[in-house]
Amino acid sequence: MSEKLNSALDTAGPQAGRIEDLWWLLFGFCAVVFVAVMAVLVAALVRRRTPDESMEPTYAGQRTALRYVGAGVLATGAILLGFLIASVTTDRGLDEIETGGARVLTITGRQWWWEIRYEDARPDRVVVTANEIHVPVGQPVLLRLRASDVIHSFWVPSLAGKRDLIPGRDTGLWIQANRPGTFQGQCAEFCGYQHAHMRFLVIAQPPAEFDAWLEGQRASAPEPATDEERRGREVFLAGSCVMCHTIRGTAAGSIVGPDLTHLASRQTIAAGARPNTRDHLAAWVADPQRTKPGARMPVPELPPADLQALVTYLRSLR
Amino acid sequence: MKLSPEVKAALHEPATDTEAALLERTWARPRGLAGWLASTDHKEIGRRFVVTAFAFFLLGGVLAALMRLQLSRPELGLLDPDLYNQVFSMHGATMMFLFAVPVMEAMGVYLVPLMIGTRNLAFPRLAAFGYYIYLFGGVMIYVAFAFDTGIETGWFSNVPLAGPEFSPGKRTDFYAQLITFTALSAMVEAVNLIVTILKLRAPGMTLNRMPLFVWAMLVTSFMIVFAMPTVATGSAMLMLDRLVSTQFFNPAEGGDALLWQHLFWFFGHPEVYIIFLPATGMVSAMLVPFTRRAIVGYTPVVLALIATAFAGFGLWVHHMFAAGLPKLGQSFFTAASMLIAIPSGTQIFCWLATLWMGRLRFTTPLLFVLGFLFTFVMGGLTGVMLAAVPFNLQVHDTYFVVAHFHYVLIGGAIFPLFGAFYYWFPKTYGRMLSERLGRWNFALMFAGFQLTFFPMHILGLHGMPRRVYTYPAETGWGGLSLLASIGAGVLGLSVLLFLINVLLALRRPRENPANPWHADGLEWSTTSPPPACNYADLPVVRGRYALWTKGEPTVVTGLRRDRMFVLVTHVLDAQPDHKREMPAPSLWPLLAALATTALFIATIFTPWGVVWGLIPVFVTLVGWFWPKQDES
Repeated sequence: MSEKLNSALDTAGPQAGRIEDLWWLLFGFCAVVFVAVMAVLVAALVRRRTPDESMEPTYAGQRTALRYVGAGVLATGAILLGFLIASVTTDRGLDEIETGGARVLTITGRQWWWEIRYEDARPDRVVVTANEIHVPVGQPVLLRLRASDVIHSFWVPSLAGKRDLIPGRDTGLWIQANRPGTFQGQCAEFCGYQHAHMRFLVIAQPPAEFDAWLEGQRASAPEPATDEERRGREVFLAGSCVMCHTIRGTAAGSIVGPDLTHLASRQTIAAGARPNTRDHLAAWVADPQRTKPGARMPVPELPPADLQALVTYLRSLR
Repeated sequence: MKLSPEVKAALHEPATDTEAALLERTWARPRGLAGWLASTDHKEIGRRFVVTAFAFFLLGGVLAALMRLQLSRPELGLLDPDLYNQVFSMHGATMMFLFAVPVMEAMGVYLVPLMIGTRNLAFPRLAAFGYYIYLFGGVMIYVAFAFDTGIETGWFSNVPLAGPEFSPGKRTDFYAQLITFTALSAMVEAVNLIVTILKLRAPGMTLNRMPLFVWAMLVTSFMIVFAMPTVATGSAMLMLDRLVSTQFFNPAEGGDALLWQHLFWFFGHPEVYIIFLPATGMVSAMLVPFTRRAIVGYTPVVLALIATAFAGFGLWVHHMFAAGLPKLGQSFFTAASMLIAIPSGTQIFCWLATLWMGRLRFTTPLLFVLGFLFTFVMGGLTGVMLAAVPFNLQVHDTYFVVAHFHYVLIGGAIFPLFGAFYYWFPKTYGRMLSERLGRWNFALMFAGFQLTFFPMHILGLHGMPRRVYTYPAETGWGGLSLLASIGAGVLGLSVLLFLINVLLALRRPRENPANPWHADGLEWSTTSPPPACNYADLPVVRGRYALWTKGEPTVVTGLRRDRMFVLVTHVLDAQPDHKREMPAPSLWPLLAALATTALFIATIFTPWGVVWGLIPVFVTLVGWFWPKQDES
């Protein structure tokens, strides 16, 4: 998974695909119209005229000229009608989905990260993660979109158009990836201080691989295997981390910040602000305000040895 | 004063020197600082208005340059996110509230009375009041910004982000009051222009002989009267939510987060046409002298202006397609948004036909008109694309939209405005701007503009959202962003060149050409700059292109020259109706504006500001309206 698609013109799903088709239609006609209008303009500027240096005004030829204006207006109207039909047809197409067996995700926008819940009829099978959405290739996924604080907007250009997440209202969107790949997503509605770092990834996997991933996410956090990891867990549970985060399988169960049960399985930290490497993670935990100024995470104030142990533990949460 | 004066059209006999001198004394304002502050001359107010708006344009431009610096490379740290958010919010608010709308009103305040052949605006003191309110509002927000209390939630300031919970402190309160200031200023100037245009036209200037710029200002002023109250209501509700804990916009208490967006965009979209329509009026005005022919399709152009104004109120939801409103409603707004391309297209085709049929003189104003046509047509076409809901869902809130609206606003309004500066500068200052520098000004502005904003279309399609203070390198946006930043530098250079051109022209002695362009408009028949009374003899208009109409010019006689009389005419056919005495210059508008400013700013800090703040406003208004003893 080398390249991470992030373009409305490089699409990997039926939603974005339909819109891309519409774009090329609009672009084609608009390009022709633009060239035609500019050709008329240039012709008007350079056309040969009878030399006339007098300042006398003219009023001649109004009627003929107005006929051309009328023709231009009619042509504009015809093209617009075509655009309207194309737009409405595409719009209906975006809603055509077999919702029966579709997997349902609830996505909650928060300042400035994404909470992702894989819903399940059995509550113990619900998976909660953050900032990274895995989807099975070729299957539609229904997204229920919510906001807990301000308005955000969910956007993965290569998969679908955007949809706002509005406090007090539920909105929805469905997406489907037709091929495996990693797609960049981001908040598209200005949501405050760190709007720029409210990014996420959508990772489309073959269904079997996806099922395995989901099963892995359902599991509780792995037990620490080394003393260092055990110490890290102690630091986590004894310090301020536990006030906000959940690690399933431990006593940490707060839902203010992202669920960290399988943190190490994710590609990025801090909602796409940094890649998930040991160094970046250590820097982030040591002082979140340096990595992402304004982030809601306070500085935990840990001695260096504790910090290293904590990072080692977090890195073990696969 | 109700009696119809003895007004007759006489053969043109210019007023004698002594008569003209008497008239000038009557209309001149008192000397000195107090006189300067008390001025109610529309030319003086209009000039200050334009200069102030231009100063805010420069400030907004500096903010834009800061943004382009920060975004020129990925992960730059020149501006921290807090400052960047203030900078982009201040840029948007400055350009929309403190530059684009006011500068168009200002051009109207200056030009309309000259164009319709009268001596002042209908409500001269109101004009001064509107200007001062605007000035104080603008100064307030920049003082706040200087103290790190600038707007932080965008010029649109969506709730709940702008609500008391997520925008603590006073920043958003200053934003809400900035809206109150500019809405009040815009509304009083609009009412003033409407009455002036409908009642003070020169005899003979029937509605269907009215210059197209005046038509555009009339239609725009009506739009302002209908659009501004909505946003003023919205900002008042936002203030109340923040100040006294009403819950209009708080979903947790039964309020609605989307209500704000409806209120804001019901104003916000017409606002675009409030900026654009006066510019189309300027284009129509400039095309006539530089093609040396009548506009092709005067009537279609007027109808297009009116149609745009109506349709402009029916498409605000296209700013909210991503909010997931019901489909049927969205289809209506798609249709309405596309529909507006028809009147805009009509105007463009009429201008193209005029160019085609005309004998062109490639002056700087005409170059700006040509730049306008190129740029605005492109922006209009991307606008049509944006009306399509599915496509809008992809590029909404991305750099594609940033590109689009800069194409329509800079292309559609700033190019014509700069053309208009070159065109009317000699009328205002009695000197020509350099054509040579003007051509460079245009070339750099055109090239810089395209270089800055064309790449943004592509950035948006490739996923770059608006209002981000930085972006990771892996997004691949670095190259085009750098190009845009370089373009912004060129654009800045062109504005600098304009300033140099103005300064050089002002250093030259006055040439006072009355009509250097051999233009048709009435304003070119008076001296440059015009005298305090505008016209020594009030003109009578006998055709659509006043100065090109053949035959002896006729003037109005019979108005006393020792009193500030203007001639009031009928709405449709501009037949003389009665004379009216204009109020004398006065300091009360300034004092009333100061009192109103104190009221507005006090309410940022305490609800009691409304109670106590009303007292000085009341006192100054009483002073303002205190009846004058009639000396006769």
